Amino acid sequence: MAKVKMSKKSTSIDMTAMCDVAFLLLTFFILTATAKAPEPLPVDTPSSTVQTKLPDSDLAMIVVGKKEGKEKVFFGVKGREVRKAALEYMAQKYKMEFTDAELEQFSLIDEFGVPMEGLKQLIAMKNSDRNRAGVQPGVPCDSINNQLNDWILYSRKANIDVNQKELQFAIKGDAKEMYPEIKKIMDMLQDQKINNFNLVTGLRGKNY
Amino acid sequence: MAELNTGDSGGKGKGGKVRSKKSGAKVDLTAMVDLAFLLITFFMLTTTLSKPQSMDLGLPDKSKDDTDSTKINVDQRRTVTIILGKDNKIKWFHGLLDSPEPNGAPQSSTYGKEGIRKELLKRVVSVPQVTGDKEKGLIVIIKPTKKATYRNLVDILDEMAICKVPTYAIVNDIPPAEQKLVDEMNK
Repeated sequence: MAKVKMSKKSTSIDMTAMCDVAFLLLTFFILTATAKAPEPLPVDTPSSTVQTKLPDSDLAMIVVGKKEGKEKVFFGVKGREVRKAALEYMAQKYKMEFTDAELEQFSLIDEFGVPMEGLKQLIAMKNSDRNRAGVQPGVPCDSINNQLNDWILYSRKANIDVNQKELQFAIKGDAKEMYPEIKKIMDMLQDQKINNFNLVTGLRGKNY
Repeated sequence: MAELNTGDSGGKGKGGKVRSKKSGAKVDLTAMVDLAFLLITFFMLTTTLSKPQSMDLGLPDKSKDDTDSTKINVDQRRTVTIILGKDNKIKWFHGLLDSPEPNGAPQSSTYGKEGIRKELLKRVVSVPQVTGDKEKGLIVIIKPTKKATYRNLVDILDEMAICKVPTYAIVNDIPPAEQKLVDEMNK
């Protein structure tokens, strides 16, 4: 009989401590995980075997993609303070006025694709409405109205003001995008003497 | 101690009340811990793996004053020119277009392991032997045409990284002789 009792004891373990630790870790990971906001311009990035990760800060992302049958360019900067400072510069340049509340709201937008004239309406919109079809036509970047160029220039200035560092640029292009569209963006960066930048890619299988 | 309360003795009428009070104090935590660890795994993987990858690209300075004086003549034995055409087509040649190196005449190829990579890997090794200087390795000139896609560009840059090509450049101007090749490929 004694033998049977011994084996019965060993089958059950006290799980309270394990459960505590597990939930502590779970809470930690949930809180540190940043909720991925839906992208206003979803693109299918080409894949590569290079495994450099993008930096978390001092980064501006230029997204080139096709939505609703039109080529669009979206722009976004990492860091809320940098966004605010960049918008202030842009407001000066385009002779617009933004209230503090609008600046605050703008600093929460990851990426946007509207001309300066439509920015106020975009800021006033609800988060869920911004991604609706036809709301964001893309940042103008043709030779007549090159707002993207200004955004690049002023966000660089803003980043130096806020973080005392040169802003890095990443181009996130759709794989099916034709080369001239990407070249246009590269040329624009090169005109500002930015010769080093990142191309955002996905992961490719090992034995490619 | 957390243990499974099977309640097998519940049917007996004598100590029923006492037993049921005891069983309320202990809950089986196994399932809860399982769930917690599953979620931990999920969140750990999503936080670390969601960071996008990127590819560094450095382009030469595009200042306007370097027209003729700074033009560098490169040994033709070192250069491989790759032209990216439409529908994922590639044309490449080694050396000059009119007087190519041995086995380097303009020819078509494909992306990936079986295509351009074989040739590149061969030449990464052979070029320093031909020039007799380790510093003078292969130079790849990438010429994307207007019909090439962004995916083609990234693919070919990826090949450069895989083959460890020491020097490569993206060149946008296509001379008339090469334009013939391009037209042939893109028609």
